[in-house]
Amino acid sequence: MVVVSMITFAIFFLVPRLAGQTPELMAARYVGPRARSDQYHEVAERLGFFDPIHVQYWHWLKAIFVGMEFNYGNGVEHCPAPCFGYSYLRSTPVWPDLLERVPVTASLAIGAAVIWVLFGVSTGVISALRRGSIFDRVSMGTALAGVSLPIFFTGLMTLVIFSYGHPFRITAPGSSYTPFTENPAEWAYDLILPWITLAFLFAAAYARLTRAGMLETMHEDFIRTARAKGLAERAVVLKHGLRAALTPIVTIFGLDLGLLLGGAVLTESTFSLPGLGKYAVDAVMRQDFPQVMGVTMFATFFIVVANLVVDILYAVVDPRVRVG
Amino acid sequence: MPMALGSEPITTSDTSPGRGSESIKGRSLGQIAWSRLRRDKAAVGGGVVVILLILVAIFAPLIVALLGHPPEEFHQELLDRTRGGIPTGTFGGMSRDFLFGLEPVSGRDLFSRVVYGARVSLLIAFLATLLSVVIGTVLGVIAGYFGGWVDSVIGRLIDLVLAFPLLLFAIVLVGVIPQSAFGLTGNGLRIAILVFIIGFFNWGYIARIIRGQALSLREREFIDAARSLGARGPYIIFREMLPNLAAPILVYSTLLIPTNILFEAGLSFLGVGIQPPTPSWGQTLATAVRFYNLPHYIFWPGMAIFITVLAFNLFGDGLRDALDPKTK
Repeated sequence: MVVVSMITFAIFFLVPRLAGQTPELMAARYVGPRARSDQYHEVAERLGFFDPIHVQYWHWLKAIFVGMEFNYGNGVEHCPAPCFGYSYLRSTPVWPDLLERVPVTASLAIGAAVIWVLFGVSTGVISALRRGSIFDRVSMGTALAGVSLPIFFTGLMTLVIFSYGHPFRITAPGSSYTPFTENPAEWAYDLILPWITLAFLFAAAYARLTRAGMLETMHEDFIRTARAKGLAERAVVLKHGLRAALTPIVTIFGLDLGLLLGGAVLTESTFSLPGLGKYAVDAVMRQDFPQVMGVTMFATFFIVVANLVVDILYAVVDPRVRVG
Repeated sequence: MPMALGSEPITTSDTSPGRGSESIKGRSLGQIAWSRLRRDKAAVGGGVVVILLILVAIFAPLIVALLGHPPEEFHQELLDRTRGGIPTGTFGGMSRDFLFGLEPVSGRDLFSRVVYGARVSLLIAFLATLLSVVIGTVLGVIAGYFGGWVDSVIGRLIDLVLAFPLLLFAIVLVGVIPQSAFGLTGNGLRIAILVFIIGFFNWGYIARIIRGQALSLREREFIDAARSLGARGPYIIFREMLPNLAAPILVYSTLLIPTNILFEAGLSFLGVGIQPPTPSWGQTLATAVRFYNLPHYIFWPGMAIFITVLAFNLFGDGLRDALDPKTK
């Protein structure tokens, strides 16, 4: 939790500073370019842009937990509890915008995660068991190519092949998003290309990791013990070998998933999916700081939660770790 | 390049204590590694491609003068005005004159854009890697050597950097770059800032590895020997520990380069990296998105990234296998 507050502070402190923004310039974004310069000054003062940095930080933090009253000059507006401020350009509150985009990113990340774990781990296990076989070589070659392919290139290529080229057309060009609750079939149909693209990259990395982990654990003493006591090979591999090899995979999986839930930036941009990552990129392009800060905080939150979950899962997966 | 890389550990391991048993056999660690590396066909292939790419980047103007057209030259006469500026001819105008075809609308030579793109990509990746390696090694060695509270503070810092929403934070930072700062303007400033951001957030992994290695080195006899002879901290760190850390540093910096290439390409793809007219692979791909019916436009810059990253990965993997006696 120390980490959370540090990141929060770092982001808050760094972003406006590095932007070279003066209080007047920031106020100008709220008022519009046509106002007089003394008006900028007045607005900047009212919004507290001249306050020292720690006071501004405190206001911002307080707004997230208890909400805030904004005085724009023409009446007071109330921004309820998780308040990340208002967008400069659209003057809508940031929080509902963020919530609206969570399902898109979550569908993308979770769907892809299922695919990549299934493919990556099973390929890794089989490769490790049949080391040096044709299967091992082909799949490891593919995996190496997979980790070397930039996601936006694979994404574009799948789009070109499956969606614009007529013979194998899968989805409509310029992917759209249909909520799961509206039409599950349509939902999966729209997401299949992003899923495959994202899963391919991660499956490749996981296959390499699983293979390396399995090769190491299968030489351990406890595997010999398991074999010696007459366990079936299947039980030896799955219950003893894979379980021990899985520990590092679980760590990385948790972190990856947390990172993706905070916005699969490149995939969402490539397929123009309206998720958190696309939101972040658009916000940066428009220099809309409340939006940028909101989405960064949100993403950080997911990563911290993922870290916690990973620590708890450790105890479940690895019999050597026990919660004391 | 691999000659220099491969031979470096020879000199370091010869001067470092604790390798005496190997010099009796007449083969240093570096020589063993070099002979192993030479036998690894994938690594040699990767290494050759890496050298070629570096040469391409250095001699970009020469190559373009011989085989292409200047990257800023517009060939409007070869575009089909009636169909929205799509290049005439098959495969996006690919011919002996325009090896990779033309860019639609602008009519620039795609081949020379890709060749010049190598310069930006490799320059940023190398410099950023250098920065990460310096930060990572210094912090890693300090943490590993001193241990105690120093180690826990640096360890926390490493965790923090590793758990960061890196790409998100990078686009936020790069997105707010002003037009000029520190006496630099335009893309010069962008390259400097990209190097700084990529390098500054990517040192976590290397620091963790160096820290682990330094922790185990600290307990070795030759360090004790040096200490008992009266050597102080800095001497031990620089003269005794660093030469023994040369192998992991070399391996993980080779493996960091492709990551950084992908990172720069990703940022440029999102439109927050290198700005036109300076060519960069990611940026070319980003413009190519709108011309999905011209696959050549997506294919060439994408393949350039893929081949570069794959070559570095192959070479780095081979280097690790050759230098780490535990594998194979």
